[in-house]
Order: sequence, then structure tokens, then C-alpha cells
Amino acid sequence: MADAPILIERAKCTGCGKCVNGCGFAALRLVDAPGANRLGRLAEVDPSACKACSACVKACPFHAIAETKTEIRGTEGLESYHDIWVFSEQTAGRIAEVAFELLGKGLALKAQRGDGCRLCAVLLGSGVTAAMTDPLVAAGADVVYVVDSPALADYDADVYVDAVAKLVERHHPEVVLAGATAIGRAFFAKVAVRVRTGLTADCTALRIEETHNKDTGAMQMLLHQTRPAFGGNIMATIMTPNHRPQMATVRPKVFKRRNGSEKGPGAKGEVLREALELIAPRTRLVETVRDPDAVDIAAAAVLVAGGRGLKGAAAFGLLRELADLLGGEVAASRAAVDAGWAPQSRQVGQTGRAVVPKLYLAFGISGAIQHLEGIRGADRVIAVNTDPNAPIFGVADLGIVGDATEIIPALIKEIRK
Amino acid sequence: MTVVVCIKQVPDSTNVRIDPRTNTLMREGVESILNPFDAFALEQGLALKDALGVRLVAVSMGPPQAAAVLREALACGADEAFLVSSRAFGGADTLATSYTLSRAIRTACGGRPDLVLFGKQAIDGDTAQVGPGVSEFLDLPLVTYVKALSVTPDAAFRVTTSMDDGEHVIEGRLPAVMTVTKDAAPPRFAPLAGAMRAAKAKITVLDEKAIAADPIRIGLTGSPTKVVTIFPPPVKGGGRKIEWRGDAAALAHEIREAIHG
Repeated sequence: MADAPILIERAKCTGCGKCVNGCGFAALRLVDAPGANRLGRLAEVDPSACKACSACVKACPFHAIAETKTEIRGTEGLESYHDIWVFSEQTAGRIAEVAFELLGKGLALKAQRGDGCRLCAVLLGSGVTAAMTDPLVAAGADVVYVVDSPALADYDADVYVDAVAKLVERHHPEVVLAGATAIGRAFFAKVAVRVRTGLTADCTALRIEETHNKDTGAMQMLLHQTRPAFGGNIMATIMTPNHRPQMATVRPKVFKRRNGSEKGPGAKGEVLREALELIAPRTRLVETVRDPDAVDIAAAAVLVAGGRGLKGAAAFGLLRELADLLGGEVAASRAAVDAGWAPQSRQVGQTGRAVVPKLYLAFGISGAIQHLEGIRGADRVIAVNTDPNAPIFGVADLGIVGDATEIIPALIKEIRK
Repeated sequence: MTVVVCIKQVPDSTNVRIDPRTNTLMREGVESILNPFDAFALEQGLALKDALGVRLVAVSMGPPQAAAVLREALACGADEAFLVSSRAFGGADTLATSYTLSRAIRTACGGRPDLVLFGKQAIDGDTAQVGPGVSEFLDLPLVTYVKALSVTPDAAFRVTTSMDDGEHVIEGRLPAVMTVTKDAAPPRFAPLAGAMRAAKAKITVLDEKAIAADPIRIGLTGSPTKVVTIFPPPVKGGGRKIEWRGDAAALAHEIREAIHG
């Protein structure tokens, strides 16, 4: 049986419960222990829930909790890893917007890292042209690593993993970032396993900072990866201190693309074509069916969103009418999607999409933290809810306490005038 | 043909609340449920059992109480259930979890299965990394975001996946690992007889010895990522809040301002 990540000294524990309140992961509880102390109870840790964040160590006024040392099993020769890489996803020759957002963030990380660190883009495809690599250089890439092969014409997890893992093994990047797109999320997790390192999904903040490594005692430049944990109820900062590369994914629209990047047109960057022996794909893409009605709510300037407070699918028809009048799109909370009133493609929030509209109109959405996470990028939020204490009002620029099913028709009538 | 479905017990996070005084999670009274995405993966496995008579094995990693979701799977028609559980697995990140599950799947099937199904992601961790991670450890092809799946008796498959640029139709041959979305066929309800059978069914517990795990690759020790700090999510201060008194003109004005202003 392995040790728990923390050790509670029974003789020092007073059963006060401060550690239980201090634990963000509900990994601690008080158990009855008659006679152990005045309160007759002791703190106990659930090792399966404990994330070794050491919040309890700090919370305990009696120094009764200590972290147990973990064995360091890291990558050998961490110093040989350098540079920041951005996986630049492309489909049919079009580079995904998120790659440019990540290159913008990469410029900031490169400055924080210093010490000759370079920003590099990684581009996989078949028939890669300068039209694809030039924008990456203009967005700040010092180097573009290109793997050009007919086997990379379409996305295939096996071949993508093979290409990126081989590049990582060849060049030893210190940090590798990818967009948390359908493609990025899937194959990047395989790359991390292949090279035996950590991967933090859906980061909302990234920075590089000199940090004390608890395991080795040394000061190191480490990537601080912040993401929502526990369904978005809490934020966690995660690091990969003893393994390289440090890998993270970021959802589209979380970072804003830099308009007129630091380098701009005429920027100098090296395009390096990498010859790799790639494995053969084991699956075959037969066809891609594009849905003509498909909308990308992440790209909409105006979103008219509905939640449980709309009380039924009928009200969603009215939302559509309102959205059309305002030149916007319809979006939905998870509750509305789960109820079948709107398709999943329109879901805003942590398991849906992060959106960045100029105006977000929230009708009958209470504002679960997962939902609020998805609308962080909205310029202006106007919310309607019957419950004056709904959390959505905490983020709304204008909150209207009222019944959405009454307000929507009134609004449609008014705007039609 | 052996099909494994990996399922997870998660807190019903829609009900998790933050204690406003301490800024920490209040988990008391929060129900544990089968991860909603996993219910769709289970349904795909059950449909294959109906169509081809495959042996359907349910595997879950978690604390002893996670046996509850395995009983749900058994009630719906899974043939066998394995609970991957040990204090030694505690604190595992997605790398250590993928390793542990891949060892457990091999143990449960007595070798490599023909198909391993996962939900697209778990609603507590939200990483969507463990299915792909297991595919790597088992050296199997990976197909993600499956919304429709058909398999022929000679192990050829054809799937439709929901990707960012539309639906992809993908063909291949098993073995493979697939993750299933909520666009797939809706989960069935367990028949009463199934629930009664499941209550008495045997659930095999697999610990680190049973799966012959390398001790340095499991639990916290085997996890490269470390949670360093936790803090409450940033809250934007709210703006004006007014009672609705039927003034649609004023609201329409506010909306136009926001769009054009």
C-alpha cells in the first residue's frame, strides 16, 4: 500500500477541522477518535481524492500535517530541453485560428523564459506551401518545423502522434502547446503518453516563472498551467517539474490573437523541413460531411442564449426570432441542451464552447460556474432571471430580475417596431 | 469478440457549490453519478452485444463506492465488471491513470480486447485525455467523438465522428479504442430483472498486484503533473440590477447600445 501524499501526525492533530475547510478537493474529513484529543476527533485523508496541493499543510495551525516526499522519476537531462513549440493545426491547408492565438501567448512566454529561448511552430500536412508557413512566421515563429507527407493529408491520430513525438525526441522542446480542438485534444494526449510526460488540458492562463522545485530543492524556470478543476468550481495551477516537455492545451478564444504581431510582415523566420519515417495509418477517412446548418457560436458577435428558465423548447423558437432580429446566433446552457431544447453544438460553457461575443444575452440561465467560464470573453453581458440571487447577475453588466418567457416576446415586439 | 467499456463515477457537479466563507467546495450531499458521457459509451457496447453477441466487460477505476456505477452497467447488460481500486492509485494524473487502466484492461480480458469504449470526457476532470492515453499504452488506433458505430462480424468497423469541421466517416479494423459523444444513441434504462441480477453479481477488485503494475508508474509517484495551488475562480463584479417593470423600449435601447455602441 502506497503512502498518502500527506501525513497527519495524530499526536498534534486537535480535530479543529481547519484543514478540512482548507482542502479544495474534499479529500479530508474528521473521524471520531474518542480520547485522541479534547474534541475527540482526528483529521483523515482520502488518498484517492488528495492532489498533494499542500493547502492543508498551510491551513493547519498546529503543524500536524506534512507532505510525504515523492520519489522523483523524471526525464534525464532536463537542461537539454529548450524552446517553446506551438502545434499549428491545419485542415485542408487552412491554419486554425487557435494556432495564432497560441503564438501570441508564446511570444509572451518566450520573453518570460529568456535565455535564448525560441518560439517554434510545428506544421504537419501534405503539400505545405509558403502560403501556410508565412503567416506563422509573421505571427512570431522563429522556426517553423514542417513535416510534409502524403500520409499527413488527412488527420489520423496514429500518424500525427508519430510525427510530433519523433520531432520532440529529435529536438527536445521545453514547452509544447496545442489548441484544445477536436483534433488537438485527442492526439496530444497520445503524444504526452508516448514521450512519458504530463499534459494539462484546457488551460486558461499560462506563464513561465522561476519556481522552487519541492522535490529537488532547486530553482527552475517552470510553466505555470492554470485551469478550472472540479467542473470549474475551483481553479488549479499545475506544473510538470521533473518531466519534459511541459505540455498543455488551450481552448480556442481563451487567448486573443495579437493584431499586428510584434514581428509583422517581413518578419524573419526559418522554415525547416523535417524528413521523418512515418508509420502507416490504421484507419481511413472515407468522407467529411459538412453540416450546412452548422454554426460556430464561438465566432458570433451577438449571442442570444437560453437556459432552464425558458421552461421548454417553444421559447427557444422565440430566441431564434430574437437572434435573427439582432443579427446574432442562438446559444444554450447545459441544462437546456440536456433537456433537448437545443443541440450540443450550441452549448456554452466548460463542456460546450467558450464564446467571445460583443453582446451575450442570457435568458433564464442561472449561471453555473461552468457556464460563466465559457462567457468570460464576452464584452457585455445582459442577463434576465427570475431569481435575484442567480450567480449570472454577478458577471452581468445589466441584470434584469424578471421572467424570460414574458420578456422575450415583449422585446421582439419592441424591436420589430 | 471482447468489448471493454471504461466508466467513471463522478460527483454530480451541477450541484457542487462553493462555500462563500471559505471558498472551498461543499461536497456534502452531492450525489455521485455515472459520468453522463460514459452512459453513451456503455450504450454503444450494449448495442454491439445485441448485434454481435460480444462479451461486454465494464471497468471502472476509483474508490470502493465506484462499484455502484459498475452495478448500473451490469444491470443494463454488461457481462462482467472490474473495479480498479487501491490506495496506491490515489493522486494519479492522466498519465498514471491511463497506464493503470491499460494494465487493468489487459488483466480483465486476459489479453488485448477487440474494442475499448470511453465517454468523450469525464465531467469532473474534463480532460478527455484518458481514452487517448489508454489507446497509446495498448498500442491501438484511436477514434474520438464517435456518434455512430457499426462493426461487422469479421471486425471491420465504420464510424461517424463529430469533428470541428463537420462529421467524419472513418473505416478501419478492430482492435481499436473509441471515445463516444452525447450525440450517439441515447442510453437505455436497466430492466428491473437486470437491476436485481446486478445487485447480486460479482465485481472483481483489481489492485496494483492483480494488474502487475510497475509501482513507480502509478498513483502520485507516477504522475508528472503536480497541482501546486488552488484558488476560487475569478469573479467579475456585477453591474446594475433592476426589476422588470415591462419597459421593453429601455431594454431594446441597452441591447442596441451594446451591439452598435
